[in-house]
Amino acid sequence: MTGDPNCPGVDPSPPGDPSPGPAVLDAHLVVDRGTFRLDLPLTIRPGEVVALLGPNGAGKTTALRALAGLLSLTGGHLSLAGRHLDHPGRRIWTPTEQRPIGVVFQDYLLFPHLTALDNVAFGPRRQGLDRQRARQRAADWLTRVGLAEQARRRPRHLSGGQAQRVALARALAVEPALLLLDEPLAALDARTRLDTRAQLQRHLADHPGATLLVTHDLIDAVVLADRLVVIEQGRVVQMGDVATVTAQPRTDYVARLVGLNLHRGRADGHRVLLAGGLHLVTGDRHEGEVLVAFAPSAVALHSVRPDGSPNSWPATITGVHRHGDNLRVQLDGPVTVAADVTPGAAAQLRPAPGRTLWAAVEAAETRVYPASAVPTG
Amino acid sequence: MSRPDLVTVTPARSAPPPQSRRTGRIPVALLLPAALGLVFLVLPLAGLLIRTPWSTLPQRLTEPGVLTALRLSVQAATLATLLCLVLGVPLAWLLARIDFPGRRLVRALVTVPLVLPPVVGGVALLLVFGRRGILGGWLDSAFGFTLPFTTAGVVLAEAFVAMPFLVIAVEGALRGADVRYEEAAATLGAGRWTTFTHVTLPLVAPGIAAGAVLCWARALGEFGATITFAGNFPGRTQTMPLAVYLALETDLEAAIVLSLVLLTVSVAILASLRDRWLGSS
Repeated sequence: MTGDPNCPGVDPSPPGDPSPGPAVLDAHLVVDRGTFRLDLPLTIRPGEVVALLGPNGAGKTTALRALAGLLSLTGGHLSLAGRHLDHPGRRIWTPTEQRPIGVVFQDYLLFPHLTALDNVAFGPRRQGLDRQRARQRAADWLTRVGLAEQARRRPRHLSGGQAQRVALARALAVEPALLLLDEPLAALDARTRLDTRAQLQRHLADHPGATLLVTHDLIDAVVLADRLVVIEQGRVVQMGDVATVTAQPRTDYVARLVGLNLHRGRADGHRVLLAGGLHLVTGDRHEGEVLVAFAPSAVALHSVRPDGSPNSWPATITGVHRHGDNLRVQLDGPVTVAADVTPGAAAQLRPAPGRTLWAAVEAAETRVYPASAVPTG
Repeated sequence: MSRPDLVTVTPARSAPPPQSRRTGRIPVALLLPAALGLVFLVLPLAGLLIRTPWSTLPQRLTEPGVLTALRLSVQAATLATLLCLVLGVPLAWLLARIDFPGRRLVRALVTVPLVLPPVVGGVALLLVFGRRGILGGWLDSAFGFTLPFTTAGVVLAEAFVAMPFLVIAVEGALRGADVRYEEAAATLGAGRWTTFTHVTLPLVAPGIAAGAVLCWARALGEFGATITFAGNFPGRTQTMPLAVYLALETDLEAAIVLSLVLLTVSVAILASLRDRWLGSS
């Protein structure tokens, strides 16, 4: 793929860019901070919502701060809506207040001394609107997020969900080319989260600009985003549409996130030799280095060796905990896997740490895909 | 078996809560000096009240000298506080937010007037702003403007001594304030000045108010630097502390009355502001 012809001088899009359409955000974020290095190619098209997922310390916040201009790049480039905002190689730097962005911070950071209305009017005022017009625009936005009646309240008199919506209205009221959301639902309780997530989804669908959602919650990402970018230790480990990433995890972190067992191995037709020395018969045919994924619910536990199952191995229980309606059993053996058993099955098996059982997985329940592929969508 | 249960439960319920039980165990080694310290602080004030000539008080209070000195004191302390606010808040912001070389040295310099004997401060002010001083000579010859031994001199001397109180209080408030609000303002398009006036100042307003109260109280009681730099001219530079000191040599009762007025004004101001800004216990 080639670079966007509308943005001369911009580096070619990174390999694996999902679409040749003109990107509103075209960035390669490189930030060196001592031993940590963020190296993240990122393009987002107008109207697209990209979720940046990763464990703590992966560099999600660093990426967000670099995009917002609260941190400068040490390499790479950042251009937004055709404007170069940060390009250390060419000594280009745009301060935060001149960037066409809106940010919803994790704990919202609503100004405590201003009413909800004046919080939302703050951005339009800075864009040169007079007080009355800015307040009018703010009132419109508060109506859109369903908070017209709370306009005169101070932030401390708003509930968590209301504060989140005011923060969203405040960020959108400046009509940003790029909307940045930093764990926008993390501060909410489970019930409010559900409602707020649904509303957020609606507002993001209406937002004509690009949206980057920083989160470590897979559900937020799956519900809100069109595309996932997963980073670990400052580097992209996987990116693509939601279905591909959740079906074919490429790292242990992603596998844990989507709740799958993931093993690396060497395939020879329908047989895969896993790293632990275990042979698995699989449904898919492959050759060479592969990844094998299967759900914990696909792992069956037996107290004696099951007859007729080619994929069974002795496993020792290392832990048992509740998982939804089932029990999740952590197993050690030639391979480490998690297995879900129903309460009924658990009553018969009596899984307790230290006990040795037989684990089995059906060939048809496994998914095999090449390990060497470039992480693409 | 229910009756024995009741018997054991009831005394536990009626037993005093642990907090009040603990008061009986305050060590004497702490209680005694604490009580002595309190007496030491309160006794002189009580002495003032005991020796106050209550019968002649109304007539003494209306003596022209008292009101003149009081008015001058309040005016000078207020002007000095305003001067400290105008210069001290930006200085505190600089110290709290900008990482410039020599910041630690600047912070140390700011606190020097705090530990300097005020008389020495007065002498130093004379050397700079006096008629033959480094700046004072130029001010005098260029504008015919003299500071020493004027009311403006009183304000200057008081501001010199009181400003560190304000700067330290405001810098502490700025350091305690969450800078992420300023980042949020920047993402909404606010430059540094707008962020300062629209976000930072409102956020640290309680800290500024507390600093201003401390500053005002210090300025009101200023003696050493004022008498050295501004002299002791009734109606022009004679503030309440100076009047008290002077009266002490001639008329003890007058000194007591003046002290009582000063005490009343300071306590009234502090008490009225304490609940709003200084935080009550």
